[in-house]
Amino acid sequence: MKARTLVRHFKESFKSIGRNSWMTFASVSAVTVTLLLVGVSVLIMMNLNKVADDLENDVEIKVFVSLDAEEETVQNLESQISELPGVESTNFSTKEEELTDLVLDFGDELSLFEQNNPLFDVFYVKAVDPQQTEQVATDIAALENIENVEYGKDKIEKLFNFLNGGRYVGLILILALLFTAMFLISNTIRITIVARRREIEIMKLVGATNWFVRIPFILEGMWLGILGSLVPIGLVALLYKEITDFAQPRLTGELFQLLEFTPFIYQVSALILMMGVFIGIWGSFMSIRKFLRV
Amino acid sequence: MIQMKNVYKKYPNGIVALNGLNVEIEQGEFVYIVGPSGAGKSTFIKMMYREERPSSGQMFVDDIDIATLKNRKVPMLRRQIGVVFQDFKLLTKLSVYENVAFALEVIEEKPADIKKRVMEVLDLVGLKHKAKMFPTELSGGEQQRVSIARSIVNMPKVMIADEPTGNLDPDTAWDIMNLFERINKAGTTIIMATHNQQIVNTRRHRVIAIEGGLIVRDVAGGDYGYEG
Repeated sequence: MKARTLVRHFKESFKSIGRNSWMTFASVSAVTVTLLLVGVSVLIMMNLNKVADDLENDVEIKVFVSLDAEEETVQNLESQISELPGVESTNFSTKEEELTDLVLDFGDELSLFEQNNPLFDVFYVKAVDPQQTEQVATDIAALENIENVEYGKDKIEKLFNFLNGGRYVGLILILALLFTAMFLISNTIRITIVARRREIEIMKLVGATNWFVRIPFILEGMWLGILGSLVPIGLVALLYKEITDFAQPRLTGELFQLLEFTPFIYQVSALILMMGVFIGIWGSFMSIRKFLRV
Repeated sequence: MIQMKNVYKKYPNGIVALNGLNVEIEQGEFVYIVGPSGAGKSTFIKMMYREERPSSGQMFVDDIDIATLKNRKVPMLRRQIGVVFQDFKLLTKLSVYENVAFALEVIEEKPADIKKRVMEVLDLVGLKHKAKMFPTELSGGEQQRVSIARSIVNMPKVMIADEPTGNLDPDTAWDIMNLFERINKAGTTIIMATHNQQIVNTRRHRVIAIEGGLIVRDVAGGDYGYEG
């Protein structure tokens, strides 16, 4: 395509936006609302994912060592566990340390056990992939000199199921919203096209190619998408700035953290912009198709 | 220039518009297409610039096979053909000059060539002095002259006119006919569908009469042949 043709297409698309200012306003608002909802959903989803990951990563296997194990056996056991596939780290804690923790958690009454400690030496084991925790636990249980293995099986599985379910629901919601926005843009472009039907007809009659007719409308759809994404990008950034400013200090040292403001907000903004462009282009594509059959 | 062999056209609603049409039109001819409404004239005309496709049969325009022509090749066909309509089909938001230039812009001609060529054809149709006016400021005859200028601005080999004088008063209609004659003299094939008995009977050219989707009469220098 020639450069001056491209310039012409750009001019045409801008002109058309100005000419149909009310329709432009309507569809840009519709896209704005949709992308705002999408943006907020993305914020929530990504942070839920982050929380889930943080919690998942915190899942540990507690391995109780048999009481009759010698010190040498315990050391042996440690290297055996570390060499198992899927094990990320092991942390040894003697029964004395375990008791100190208990006393810290539940109070001084427990300190009378110091005379006759009923606890076990314990390994805290983390799996590389939290979803593999169960497999790793089974492998450890098969080793010798192990009294018991605990990892809160039910709790973990429930958590994973809940989080996976949440992800799907969020995804479906976002897809439905995108579909709506696309429909709205395609409607706006259709109205623009109807208004310019005669022009298109004449273009086709004097031998303009389909792409020549199409491109200004596609550009127009793209501008609508971009215009519609500006406010959501701004609002989502403001909103997330507020949230992180509020939550970050309160979550220090907790098991989970929110995603950092940057670069996360740049990614979200880029995503919103890309979605705007995509639904704009696709929407206009859908409505031009049938008008080109002259 | 134009060959049709057993061209048959049936619309999706079941109406048979052309029922095995055979015709040959040479380069440089001036042909009237006459016949009652609903006889198939419009379909015949529309096929030439591939707005409609034959359901069966063979059809060539300037050696382009209309029946098998791919959609993306249609623009190339239309650049060989100028079309003029009864309702002019001008863009009211564009000036006379812009309306004519539009036809060259959309086929991506060079701006310098566009300017030169547009002024040439506006001169030819006698509207050079009204280039900056808008279609609504012109009379019907002037508007039709603009649309003729637009149809010939890219120097097509064939000009197709569907009832070009249908909306014009008799005097203006004669002006338009004079213009057509001049364009034809310059070598352009003209195919004109019309109901204007007076014009056909006075400016004698080949007359093709279509009825019931068939050519019922094809006479060089013939008369209109219908009452009124």
